[in-house]
Amino acid sequence: MSPDFIQGIVVFVLAAFVGFEVISKVPPTLHTPLMSGANAISGITIVGAIIAAAFGEGAVAIVLGLLAMAFAMINVVGGFLVTDRMLEMFKKKPVVKK
Amino acid sequence: MIALTYLLAGALFIIGLRGLGSPRTARRGNQIAAVGMAVAIGVTVVWVTDQPLSALWWVVIVGGLIGSAIGAVLALKVQMTAMPELVAAFNGFGGGASALVAFAEIVAVGTVVAADVKYATQTEVTVALSIAIGVVTFSGSFVAFGKLKGIVTGRPVALPGGPYFNLVLAIVSTASAVWAVAFNEPLGYWILAVVAFVLGITGVMPIGGADMPVVISLLNSLSGVAASMAGFVIGNQGLIIAGALVGAAGFILTVQMSEAMNRSLANVLFAGFGTEGAGPIDAGDKPVNSATPEDVAISLAYAQKVIVVPGYGLAVAQAQHAVRELAVALEEREVTVEYAIHPVAGRMPGHMNVLLAEADVPYDVLLDLDQSNPRFPHTDVVLIVGANDVVNPSARDDATSPIYGMPILEVDLAATTVVIKRSLSPGFAGIDNPLFYLPSTMMLFSDAKSALENIHEALLDL
Repeated sequence: MSPDFIQGIVVFVLAAFVGFEVISKVPPTLHTPLMSGANAISGITIVGAIIAAAFGEGAVAIVLGLLAMAFAMINVVGGFLVTDRMLEMFKKKPVVKK
Repeated sequence: MIALTYLLAGALFIIGLRGLGSPRTARRGNQIAAVGMAVAIGVTVVWVTDQPLSALWWVVIVGGLIGSAIGAVLALKVQMTAMPELVAAFNGFGGGASALVAFAEIVAVGTVVAADVKYATQTEVTVALSIAIGVVTFSGSFVAFGKLKGIVTGRPVALPGGPYFNLVLAIVSTASAVWAVAFNEPLGYWILAVVAFVLGITGVMPIGGADMPVVISLLNSLSGVAASMAGFVIGNQGLIIAGALVGAAGFILTVQMSEAMNRSLANVLFAGFGTEGAGPIDAGDKPVNSATPEDVAISLAYAQKVIVVPGYGLAVAQAQHAVRELAVALEEREVTVEYAIHPVAGRMPGHMNVLLAEADVPYDVLLDLDQSNPRFPHTDVVLIVGANDVVNPSARDDATSPIYGMPILEVDLAATTVVIKRSLSPGFAGIDNPLFYLPSTMMLFSDAKSALENIHEALLDL
């Protein structure tokens, strides 16, 4: 196995542990925004989509690139926007009422 | 330098996810993650510009604009009750994009970009994994979407051969992946994609609507893993980090949701819960206390402490505003109103919390399972709106019940329980609910929204 590949596995495993640590404490109230926010982050595949779209050669590659761009951008733009819309609604009880 | 910028993006994702852990910082967290994404996109564009090869910018821009427009419209138009469908769809697009990236990589073999990536066996393995996981996520998510939207039946659909059907598909897809990798045979990847597409469909079809919180969480996890695999394919650590984070996040939710139903993940995925009938329900003869909205209004008005238990029925009836208005009217009468939310209430983790937040219910009166149960014995009235299995005392008392052992909201410990339900029909699990026949239970047979509005009206007349 190439050093790059091994390094990739190291990064993958460490990042997964960071993910477990960071997320295990999220209160149930935030589960939906957490999921849609995480989902938006999985749109990181946009990076691969940009490269695929920019350097596609031939009709098949261009179609794949176009689709990959569109899918990934739906995920990124839609994911972050809808999460923001949801979180905007989460309010604490006004102190006056207590 | 480029690699370090991706690391920066990864760090911003981690900080963002951390922010999502607390209601006060959540919105900021999401914005930080979005900045991380902008950084990643920006540095990729710079990298592409630096390549000696001229880039097909129109493909990037046209695809990007179409996707952004669709994503923005979906995100801004969606009703909060339809959030599970939307998240399922977004998961599907994410998984699909990762699979497409891997495909583009195979098609591009021989071009300049592919040539500087040393094509080693391990890269091909990740291509196969990226395609398999991405495509399963794609088709599985859209079946889940269909089930949530009601286009596809929410009932579990039995497959010929049961779980073995999918086992065979999994073996076939593994075989075609091995063929593709070991013999350098691109056709193998296409077969893999087709089989994975079918597997996504047949994998989700046997799973019932009430198990959707588990399925969506799992698909969420898979969309992250697919992105990570795509990162291995194109040799980009930004993707590997971000994908692994999402994979972990989705996996934690998957486990938590399974635990909230006292079932293993394997049981949720393969058991087809509810396909083998849980025995006929002899609900016919048992007496129930059927109540009018006026009866309910009276008991609410003279209570000191009321806990509302929302369920999927609340979402179906779009009754979140009606419940909030009723609660406000009660609070004006000095009645304390809180909300008890079961982890698997609704169709996705946290579904009820989002709906109630939309109706301006402050998040600090939303109680989780552990906070709620000690409070029920001191509660005068519990108002159950569209929930059933999560308040079924059989899960605690009846060792023969299929849901025995599932943690429930122990609403039967409260002085009075009001159940708003359209009919006596059993919930998803097909199990009768002894709660309905308790002397302390009042049944109000009606659509959740009109019931709440009628109670509200009756309350104002008191």
